[in-house]
Amino acid sequence: MGKNLLLEHDHVPGIQSYEVYRKHGGYAAVEKALKQLSPEAVVEEVKKSGLRGRGGAGFPTGMKWSFLAKPEGVARYLVCNADESEPGTFKDRYLMERIPHLLVEGMIASSFALGAKSAYIYIRGEYFYVSRILENAIDEAYANGWLGKNILGTGYDLDLYVQVGAGAYICGEETALLESLEGKRGNPRIKPPFPAIAGLYGCPTVVNNVETIAAVVPIVNMGGDEYAKIGIGKSTGTKLISASGHINKPGVYEIELGVPVEEFIYSDEYCGGIKNGKQLKAVVAGGSSVPILPAHLILKTANGEPRLMSYESLADGGFATGTMLGSGGFIVMDEDTSIVKNLWNFSRFYHHESCGQCSPCREGTGWMEKILHRILHGHGKLSDIDLLWDIQGKIEGKTICPLGDAAAWPVAAAIRHFRSEFEEYVKHPEKIKDVQHYYRLNSLSEA
Amino acid sequence: MNNIRFSDESLALVQKMIRRYPEGRQKSALIPILHIAQAEFDGWLSPAVMDYVASLLNIQPVEVYEVASFYSMFNLKPVGKCVIEVCRTSSCWLLGAEDVIRHLEKKLNVTVGGTTNDGMFTLKSVECLGSCGTAPMMQVGADYYENLTLDKVDTLVEGFKSSGKRKSYTDKPEPRTI
Amino acid sequence: MPKVTIDGHQIEVPDGTTILQAARMIGGPIVPPAMCYYSTLKTSGGYCRTCIVKVSKGSEKDPRPMPKPVASCRTTVMDGMEVQNITSPEVVEARKGVVEFLLLNHPLDCPICDQAGECHLQDLAYEHGMAKTRYEFERRTFEKIDIGGKIKLHMTRCILCYRCVKVADQVTNSRVHGVMNRGDVAEISTYIENVIENDFSGNVIDVCPVGALTDKTFRFQSRIWNVNPMDAHRDCPKCAGKVTLWMKGDVVARVSARKDKYAEVIDWICNECRFEKKELQDWVIEGPTNIERHSVISQNHYTLKEPSHKPVLNAVDAVDSSSTSNSGN
Repeated sequence: MGKNLLLEHDHVPGIQSYEVYRKHGGYAAVEKALKQLSPEAVVEEVKKSGLRGRGGAGFPTGMKWSFLAKPEGVARYLVCNADESEPGTFKDRYLMERIPHLLVEGMIASSFALGAKSAYIYIRGEYFYVSRILENAIDEAYANGWLGKNILGTGYDLDLYVQVGAGAYICGEETALLESLEGKRGNPRIKPPFPAIAGLYGCPTVVNNVETIAAVVPIVNMGGDEYAKIGIGKSTGTKLISASGHINKPGVYEIELGVPVEEFIYSDEYCGGIKNGKQLKAVVAGGSSVPILPAHLILKTANGEPRLMSYESLADGGFATGTMLGSGGFIVMDEDTSIVKNLWNFSRFYHHESCGQCSPCREGTGWMEKILHRILHGHGKLSDIDLLWDIQGKIEGKTICPLGDAAAWPVAAAIRHFRSEFEEYVKHPEKIKDVQHYYRLNSLSEA
Repeated sequence: MNNIRFSDESLALVQKMIRRYPEGRQKSALIPILHIAQAEFDGWLSPAVMDYVASLLNIQPVEVYEVASFYSMFNLKPVGKCVIEVCRTSSCWLLGAEDVIRHLEKKLNVTVGGTTNDGMFTLKSVECLGSCGTAPMMQVGADYYENLTLDKVDTLVEGFKSSGKRKSYTDKPEPRTI
Repeated sequence: MPKVTIDGHQIEVPDGTTILQAARMIGGPIVPPAMCYYSTLKTSGGYCRTCIVKVSKGSEKDPRPMPKPVASCRTTVMDGMEVQNITSPEVVEARKGVVEFLLLNHPLDCPICDQAGECHLQDLAYEHGMAKTRYEFERRTFEKIDIGGKIKLHMTRCILCYRCVKVADQVTNSRVHGVMNRGDVAEISTYIENVIENDFSGNVIDVCPVGALTDKTFRFQSRIWNVNPMDAHRDCPKCAGKVTLWMKGDVVARVSARKDKYAEVIDWICNECRFEKKELQDWVIEGPTNIERHSVISQNHYTLKEPSHKPVLNAVDAVDSSSTSNSGN
């Protein structure tokens, strides 16, 4: 069964407005946090909840918060990562567009917990219209005394701002995001120091995903222990899944972690099965960066256990037979999908989005795209498959930021699980019928 | 400086942006200000416009060039009044983005990256716009156009043509049915 | 003071020392190669990934190994840390990969490149690279441009080490060039036709590890192994005036800053010394330069200074004596 903690009121008419949101219990978490709890107590509730970062890495949020340095007289910042750019992921846009006050409320409660007096929501530039919705919600929150000086008479001050980006996937990486927020190129920083020690303007900073911050609201409301009862094992709570591709009912679903993948794909409550009555071929379960899995491995683990929508179950078997929950960008592919073409599409993406700072990613992403392009056009060699394998291995783990890994993993997984498809392209180029002139190589010089 | 100057309204907005950041961190406002500049000065950032923005923020012009050239939403060459940006990644691609792009190329008689002779349209293919559940889709100015069919694309293009208006990211978005 | 072990050599170093610096204190073949790191430029390093090493033990306190190879130039030594460089086959293999990536779009026009013979990429490829490239696509090219009257930028050869950008930021009083665009079309540029005119701009030539930034007054004048480096100085109001003159017979073919054995500039010099003072009478000659970096220049005409590959036992003294003054403004 779907469990709604975040999207409980997403279909209530007018829920974008302060009055309606408030009428449906909105801002109760801020009231409770500021009036009944100390900042430390809020951090404690988040720790108890077992909440893990919803942006992709799944790092425990309470632990991340507890790493925040607190030197005397130095400002601390909370920055919300609303750069949502991982292909296949659109849950944060949905949440911010539908229930903007939920994010604002989460930002206030979280900033209070962290002792931040200024907080920023960094939203990708393409979501400009969503930034207006958020700004409107923030204005309403100021007007009603939830932001500004001396909130609820508690003496706590907070200013909240929205900052737009301008088109760069890499700004979803937290240190690139901070650089961009400082008005610079989105080049990831070399870590350490981590943002918890030296983040925005060199000050201690926490960067959290939209959904993570929104989840703080139900955690404060219900208590961390109650929240931790939802879900399965270390995958506590609910998760927004962005479902897309060849399914009957694409959209954003809030699931209780632990729902079987099979149920998620085929039940009418969620994806409603594969479009046009086709067979399932493969799934990219957590956004384009995570390893693709063929149907038999996404539905069941290598041990034959049903695969569940949880951090642990999706990762079962490591990369050999498993994948990752990632951002929850669930891309479904039917039997007619060409894995090679799909991989080229992903590789073009990473090539386009590499910041160019470090050499393995700058040079390697383009090289992989060109080899895939050649294979797709019937000019591939069998040795190209091993070459791709070797290149991705020389990128993975060798770069400044995780974009290198994100570019390498899809290549490795596609070859691991669908090697014969690559060989087919190489051995029987005459069978490639649908190669069109429009499979263009990536070009940054376009317009 | 070259007669380039923001309108009073934009200038007030720029000042408001700058105040969002701590003293001495005015460079943080660079990206939001470049968006305002691109919208106000014909949809692209000329060197003169970027120099003007640098002077407003009291930074070196090269710092503006570096940033403007990094982000894909900034145009460093003149563009048409409507920049049509078709998502080409992942689910959009699985569900027919290439057909949409090819259709638009034929319809507008341009190739991706090009601008129509009348200066009305520039066609771009862009990476994932976070609208995968409503694929295929495209963005024009502030607006997302989702669940595209070729017919729908035709209607939209005709609409843009007859309105003749420039579309910018900073525009007030059209009402969305969600 | 933390103790670190690199490929079996232990050394005690001051707090805050990076793995690369510690390795340089030990010296010898265990020193990782570095293409972008530059000890006198703040925030340099981390980009090229040639200096990556494996940290097999994090520290005495937290002995867990680091999960991924780290850039030794940007990773600080912890007490009890154990590092593998040339003793780790994975590191050697990974470094081969990095060299291949750096060469992927490099034009390999060494026969006509002024940097040949003192090029770090050449040395790196020779020492750590593979015998042949596996890249079969067209290489990326850029137009050659003049940046200022005396400096040529040949972007096609650039490996994006960012050193010249950091020199402009930290040594000159204003920066007019930077990194434009992104990904594999990122380039060093002034964006619009812009001239780098600044008293210290010529130092970008000396920090460039490849032939991307060259001295126009010396371009195609001589192979570097056919000119004789001589230490010289003059009384300069702008800089320390301590230079190396590259002599072709009695003619001053080139003036550069003096460099240490890692080819890092010891004292920044001004453009007047570099570009304008090309007469022997402008200078007080001190004698032949001791070339400490092994290279083609050191092979024939000059006495090679005894390389000090012996472990430095008192590293604090080593740091003190190697700390150099920066005369930039």
